Amino acid sequence: MTTATAVSIHSLWTTLADSTPGAATTSTAFQTPKVEYAQLSPILIVFGAAILGVLAEAFLPRRSRYTAQLAISVIGLAAAFAAVVALAADGYASTKSHIAAMGAVAVDGPALFLQGTILLVALVAAFTFAERRLDPAAHGNRVDSFAAQGSAVPGSEQEKAAVKAGFTTTEIFPLLLFAVGGMLVFPAANDLLTLFVSLEVFSLPLYLLCALSRRHRLMSQESAVKYFLLGAFSSAILLFGVALLYGYAGTVSYGGIADVVGGTAKLTPALANSTATDALLLIGGAMVVIGLLFKVAAVPFHMWTPDVYQGAPTPVTGFMAAATKVAAFGALLRLLYVVLPGLRWDWRPVMWAVAILTMVIGAIIAVTQTDVKRLLAYSSIAHAGFILAGVVAVSPDGVSSVLFYLGAYSFVTLGAFAVVTLVRDAGGEATHLSRWAGLGRRSPLVAAVFAVYLLAFAGIPLTSGFAGKFAVFKAAAEGGALPLVIIGVISSAIAAFFYIRVIVLMFFSEPQPGAPSVAIPSLLTSSAIAVGVAVTLVLGVAPQYFLDLAGKASVFVR
Amino acid sequence: MDHLIGALVGAPLLGAGILLTGGRRLDRIGHWIGCLLAAVSFAIGVLLFADMLGKSGAARTMTSHLFSWVPVASFQANVSFQLDQLSMTFVLLITGVGTLIHIYSVGYMEYDERRRQFFGYLNLFLAAMLLLVLADNYLLLYVGWEGVGLASYLLIGFWQHKPSAATAAKKAFIVNRVGDMGLSIAVMVMFTTFGTFTFGPVLAHATSASQAKLTGIGLLLLLGACGKSAQVPLQSWLGDAMEGPTPVSALIHAATMVTAGVYLITRSGAIFNAAPTAQLAVTVVGAVTLLFGAIVGCAKDDIKKALAGSTMSQIGYMILAAGLGPIGYVFAIMHLVTHGFFKAGLFLGAGSVMHGMNDEVDMRKYGGLRTYMPITYVTFGLGYLAIIGFPGLSGYWSKDKIIEAAFAKGGTDGWILGGVALLGAGITAFYMTRVMLMTFFGDKRWGREAAQEPGGVAQPQPHPHEAPKTMTIPMIILAFGSVFAGGLFSINSSFLHWLQPVTGHTEGHLPVSAAVIQAATLVVLAIGLGLAWRQYGRQAVPAVAPRGSLLTRAARRDLLQDDFNHVALVKPGEYLTRGLVYLDHSLVDGAVNGTAASVGGLSGRLRRLQNGYVRSYAVSMFGGAALLVAATLLMRGV
Repeated sequence: MTTATAVSIHSLWTTLADSTPGAATTSTAFQTPKVEYAQLSPILIVFGAAILGVLAEAFLPRRSRYTAQLAISVIGLAAAFAAVVALAADGYASTKSHIAAMGAVAVDGPALFLQGTILLVALVAAFTFAERRLDPAAHGNRVDSFAAQGSAVPGSEQEKAAVKAGFTTTEIFPLLLFAVGGMLVFPAANDLLTLFVSLEVFSLPLYLLCALSRRHRLMSQESAVKYFLLGAFSSAILLFGVALLYGYAGTVSYGGIADVVGGTAKLTPALANSTATDALLLIGGAMVVIGLLFKVAAVPFHMWTPDVYQGAPTPVTGFMAAATKVAAFGALLRLLYVVLPGLRWDWRPVMWAVAILTMVIGAIIAVTQTDVKRLLAYSSIAHAGFILAGVVAVSPDGVSSVLFYLGAYSFVTLGAFAVVTLVRDAGGEATHLSRWAGLGRRSPLVAAVFAVYLLAFAGIPLTSGFAGKFAVFKAAAEGGALPLVIIGVISSAIAAFFYIRVIVLMFFSEPQPGAPSVAIPSLLTSSAIAVGVAVTLVLGVAPQYFLDLAGKASVFVR
Repeated sequence: MDHLIGALVGAPLLGAGILLTGGRRLDRIGHWIGCLLAAVSFAIGVLLFADMLGKSGAARTMTSHLFSWVPVASFQANVSFQLDQLSMTFVLLITGVGTLIHIYSVGYMEYDERRRQFFGYLNLFLAAMLLLVLADNYLLLYVGWEGVGLASYLLIGFWQHKPSAATAAKKAFIVNRVGDMGLSIAVMVMFTTFGTFTFGPVLAHATSASQAKLTGIGLLLLLGACGKSAQVPLQSWLGDAMEGPTPVSALIHAATMVTAGVYLITRSGAIFNAAPTAQLAVTVVGAVTLLFGAIVGCAKDDIKKALAGSTMSQIGYMILAAGLGPIGYVFAIMHLVTHGFFKAGLFLGAGSVMHGMNDEVDMRKYGGLRTYMPITYVTFGLGYLAIIGFPGLSGYWSKDKIIEAAFAKGGTDGWILGGVALLGAGITAFYMTRVMLMTFFGDKRWGREAAQEPGGVAQPQPHPHEAPKTMTIPMIILAFGSVFAGGLFSINSSFLHWLQPVTGHTEGHLPVSAAVIQAATLVVLAIGLGLAWRQYGRQAVPAVAPRGSLLTRAARRDLLQDDFNHVALVKPGEYLTRGLVYLDHSLVDGAVNGTAASVGGLSGRLRRLQNGYVRSYAVSMFGGAALLVAATLLMRGV
């Protein structure tokens, strides 16, 4: 599915809804939707590359697929990023920002900033996807972290045969690209239907990717099923919310709903006299927000996170943890700042509560975790809480601080999960924390890099984590959310405990006998980790340029 | 051109980065990378200097803004540089002498297996020191200030396998902390008073602050200067710092870092000019230290410690001059530069002697070395003549000006300070002649005890020899500086005209004519020289130090500085920490452990909710959604 088709379906749909019943029956002329292809080029490039990937999967011999897929992904993502930069340089982030594709997709500062972030994250993630040096070669074939054959039942003869033949699932690359395409639309979606469609477009490939782990396949499949079921549940809630909002305002476009909320446009005639209209608006708005809170893993919609993060192949976890958060927070910001600013006094206290719960519960439960991936999952929940603190600031500073935080956080997360892929024993990745004891003695460089990431998570100065947290808390405090900031700082203190504990474990504990070894990665994972460290330190030491960039990109188009 | 200022700091910083992270593959060429980047920095410095000479007046001050680190309201942590005549002087001294000492170290550290790391630290030092003198605000200056402290710590303790070196490094670091606290509080007070860290506005509005605040800032800055420049009462670390490799002693603990205090006071001249009490304190510290260091220098048998006492004393001169206000600033800096040449040269000479004598430092085991190491003898000798103020050589021009300026302060103060400075010149002549005679003249006293020690571990017989070219060439170049720099600066008062726009200058009124003071200086010099010759030239030097007078014994123990610190500071400190530890165990730990235990318990309980069943996750989502919707509705009261 491409956006172009989605747009035409939807514009047909709204055109019919907007016109009077009489006109609809008489009018047979079908208006061609106006689509600004150049402004949508980042999205179109990524979807184009994904389709090319599917074709490559169908027509290329198995041997050459890996190289071709990697090339298609990297070139596609890089080209899309170049397109984003070109659009931003052309002024679409500021003066020329407007709504493209018949009101479906916004091209403005926040959208381009987040799309750029997602594309860079995806580019680095593609490197970790393509890593083939970590697992010992199976029967002379280099293999990656993904299942030899997704359709083979775990433990079956068919699977053994696939492993022996050296199969690899190169379909992961088109899946990654489809997910990225959906994520690019998500924060730019300017009506509720585009929002929903893009949500599904990026969620479905992620469900599949989660199920494709080479090791621990049962756990991986379990995580995918859990993610799918709960994801479907949350999508249903979101869709129901969309329906209620449409019922209230008679339109699904963000601007249209905002006008009705603000009182500048009339209610739907059918509902104008109804007494329960505000209830429709409030319930609908809350349900759409709930759908997004599920994606950012905010409490109490976070339960899927640890299980899925642990079960999914680690490169996928890294990508998901980084990019999904960027996309979902982007959509949440646009919804709250464009559609519902008139309801600020209704949703702010509720979001306060969600932010507080998310920060506190994420940090507290992480304290007793014993698995690195689960630890990082809870840490990502706590971070969602910190970002929410910036969201409730309701100011341009709030937007820019969230944008900056997302950029900083996503690279730290991606890098941290990439390091997790390196620490291995005979059973694959050794993720139990006790296995990491004394890692600093045996592999000082890997442990030091992980320590940098942990310090960034903890928000220690001179790392990007500090700059991000500082920006977010500053915006929240200026927005009158001082109690939120105080609770945030206390949560950070609790969180610092378990980050530092891992550092202590790595550097000041004796290694266990038979401790896992650190695999020497190829240039792919090494460069992913190096990029993560570089971004962490640059954003920590000299954040101002990027804070300014986020500040310039913080105005939503209406 | 302005953008090159960042490159001045960047080149050695890059070197430090490459050398410290490069790993063993760089062991073979690492030292040359270090030298190259130091030289690049020097070349940029010369380029900027030439550019600066081509301009005039206010245009000579260049600025370069790199970036701001997280600006919050008026709190601007700017990374920006300011290059004016004062900074330029330091840049040329630091990079010039620094490059020479880098080259010297190639030979000196040839057999050290951690030579690459050594050069990494040296480059790190250069970067931090350049940052210190190029910063355009007190905050960035503080970054450089701490940076040189770190480099100094790493290099004093470079031979960390020696317990004495490790202890000396710690001592230097801890004593410096006291001074650093002073500087950091001064910077904070400055920010609350003036609302900015930048030199320009702070110094321009210095007079607008209250007298009490200015005095406070001045005294705190002085405390910082005392720590870094080893002035009384924070002088105790410098002698021990000689545990570091000799090039380090020459570069950091003689020519550059220890003079940072003089830079700080000169740079903050506007504050001190407006706070006479603080200024008086500066002169007192300088005068006391110049005698203290000189007396200690007379009693030490360790050649490096004797030179360390001398460094302390000479910096005392500079601090004294800086405390005199506009009549002294220029001469403080001028003495700083000439001292940078001759003291670095003397230390390199001492290193060369040690190099040839199996790392022996006891001058009582030297003697008669002039024929064995002629180049070292000549270069050391020229440095010696320069430091005692032999007419025509560098030290003569700069020290004489300081003595005159001290007299010119006027009143009783002027007589006392001038008298002290004059006396110091005499003692300088005495102890430096002593070093010279004990090392290069008289009978050779080495190679005896190996035979005299039956049953002892046979010491390898020293074979004094001249050092390799990488070591002698820097010594020769520095000797040229020792001889000519002072005279060059004094032709047409060129140094005065160069620096005056930054520091300001007023001529003082001498109570007697300048010629009388110059004559008195020469007489005192001759007396000191003669006394030293009587004791160490005419008589043979005993191989074992005689018991000596009470003063001599006290001076050997650094005038009881460590005993004083132990009784006055360490003991009470220990009682205080014991008390705090008790409080920490009983009160703080109880609270902390209690909180930690309750968080842990809560965490364990909450964790049970995560049972792995999708159905219960879905229920919690449903419950959460219902609550959220209900709460939203409640907010409106619908």
